[in-house]
Amino acid sequence: MASPLRQLVLARIRESLRHPETIFWTFVFPILLAVALGIAFRGERIDPVRAVVVDAPGAAEIARGLRGNGTATVEILPRDEAERRLRTGRTAILVLPGEPLLYRYDPTRPDSRLARERVDRALQNAAGRTDPLRASDSPVTEPGARYIDFLVPGLLGMNLMGGGLWGIGWVVVEDRIRKLLKLQLATPMRKRDFLLAHVLARLLFVPLEVAPLLFLSWLAFGVSSSGSLLSLAAVATAGALSFAGLGTLLASRARTTATISGLINLATFPMIVVSGVFFSVGRFPGFLQPLIRALPLSALVDGLRGVMTDGAHLAALWPQFLVMGLWGTLCFVAALWLFRWT
Amino acid sequence: MAKDPADGNAPLTGRSDRGSAGGRGAAVSLGGLVKRYGDVVAVDSLDLEIRSGECFGLLGPNGAGKTTTIEILIGLQEPTAGQVVVLGRKWGEDDRSLRARIGVSLQETRFPERLTVAEVVTLFGSFYPRGRDVSSVLREAGLAEKADVWTSRLSGGQRQRLALACALVGNPELLILDEPTTGLDPQARLQFGDSILSYKDRGCTIVVSTHYMEEAQRLCDRVAIIDRGKAIAVGSPGELVASLDAHLVVEVELAAGDVEDDALRRVAGVSSVRRENGALLVSVREAHVTVPALLDLFRTRSLSLAHLTLRQATLEDVYVALTGRRYRDG
Repeated sequence: MASPLRQLVLARIRESLRHPETIFWTFVFPILLAVALGIAFRGERIDPVRAVVVDAPGAAEIARGLRGNGTATVEILPRDEAERRLRTGRTAILVLPGEPLLYRYDPTRPDSRLARERVDRALQNAAGRTDPLRASDSPVTEPGARYIDFLVPGLLGMNLMGGGLWGIGWVVVEDRIRKLLKLQLATPMRKRDFLLAHVLARLLFVPLEVAPLLFLSWLAFGVSSSGSLLSLAAVATAGALSFAGLGTLLASRARTTATISGLINLATFPMIVVSGVFFSVGRFPGFLQPLIRALPLSALVDGLRGVMTDGAHLAALWPQFLVMGLWGTLCFVAALWLFRWT
Repeated sequence: MAKDPADGNAPLTGRSDRGSAGGRGAAVSLGGLVKRYGDVVAVDSLDLEIRSGECFGLLGPNGAGKTTTIEILIGLQEPTAGQVVVLGRKWGEDDRSLRARIGVSLQETRFPERLTVAEVVTLFGSFYPRGRDVSSVLREAGLAEKADVWTSRLSGGQRQRLALACALVGNPELLILDEPTTGLDPQARLQFGDSILSYKDRGCTIVVSTHYMEEAQRLCDRVAIIDRGKAIAVGSPGELVASLDAHLVVEVELAAGDVEDDALRRVAGVSSVRRENGALLVSVREAHVTVPALLDLFRTRSLSLAHLTLRQATLEDVYVALTGRRYRDG
């Protein structure tokens, strides 16, 4: 490594480590996430459905039928109040007594759809229906197949993305605003070394961003990686470099912190939604799939999931590495071209 | 403003002539330099030739165009028109190798807050192919005891010294300092000047801009007085003062009463009269003739003196004589 580049990387690392905020966001954010998950996934049992029976003749009987077998927590409320509960998401379904019974629910809400099926079954059974076919449940509880196992790689990817974009974008723009870059401009330093130092310094933060979340989710939920930690590190590093490249591009011209936060949010929010952090990419229509797969966060999350849940070999993840590599490289080259010191 | 042939072909590393080059060859030449921002003319056909090995001062009030000139000189701004030749090169040819030969300290420099003084100087040194030993640079800049202090904890004067250290660490042939002492108290300015004076002996060319006239007079071999984007006078401080019609100044403070300027001008040997902070400044050619005549005038008017000093004219007097305006260095 050439001497100016080494000094620039050292300076970046020293500055980051000497800012308590950096450490806070690096460690505390993933820990907060893990705690939030701990609350959301505190037990294996399924929460009872929240249902409201609209106050009308027959309401009490319906409520008794639902409460009887513990299917639902039930309240009887006037129509207005009941509708308000439904609108604000505090109940999953309304049951309107009458002939026929009326279920009011939002079919686009998964918990509402589930509530409708369970409420209907409970009421039908209470009314005397018997199942012609005997069946029993065998819940999936083994690590690797739960939602939390799906979620952790997504959160890791999101964390690496945020670290790269904010860690580089924000810092470079702040230095530009404080005219710190102007003096360096009068020296024979290369723009390439300056930007590359920011990218390389990010590597130090990969273990800090990945390890705490990984450790806590293992401790609390038994989430583990079926692939080797080395493969996981390789995917995480590729992702970090890819987003570091994107970070330099976003930071290349912005002159206010408002601009850079806008740019970063513009880049991150759509990816958090479509790239399969919280739910499968498969929910989007087929014609969008190639587009989504070409996003750096999709590639990173896919890669992390491939290693963690499927134990995939790195060689099998070449498309993901290709996507991350292209994003990182092209963005970095574009940043070199667009970058302004002042 | 033809570029000097001997210097124009000098190889990048050919510095053997540095020590002996004093006064010969142009380190910088600016020809017909113009910089306009919309309707505002910051630099107005400026011609300057700065010789190798000299300490050259750009002198003038705030807003005279000094900083713009320096930023053009170091390739941070493009001139609207005119030629800039620095160390025999032009900007836009091979900027990196040219920058490697120039040390720059800009006005009100800011540094990464949480790096130490030594770390910042080491970082800047690494950018230059012939970077110097950091601890010796810190000693020269008077920052040796502050080596391990974060830059955010430095005083204004120490920060200016750090900027100087960053300019020096690349072992430059040309040292360019834009207002290096602005905002410092007089004591710190004096110390800083001493540091700069010690580099003159190294054969390094120094260009320093300042709005402190007395500082320019103390530090510089030659100065250019810049006013409204033009160089209105160029020469050594001694030459410029000598070029005045009268190079002595009598400063008079009256205890009470006043005397009209015209009466003073009629006194034999008086060249000009102006007033500053309640004092009369009378430029005179020959003290032995004029001082007694002035005293006579005050006696006949029954004016008593609070104070009278006779001093050499300064660059400030040159500025006033050339522009007809009072010099404000605030």
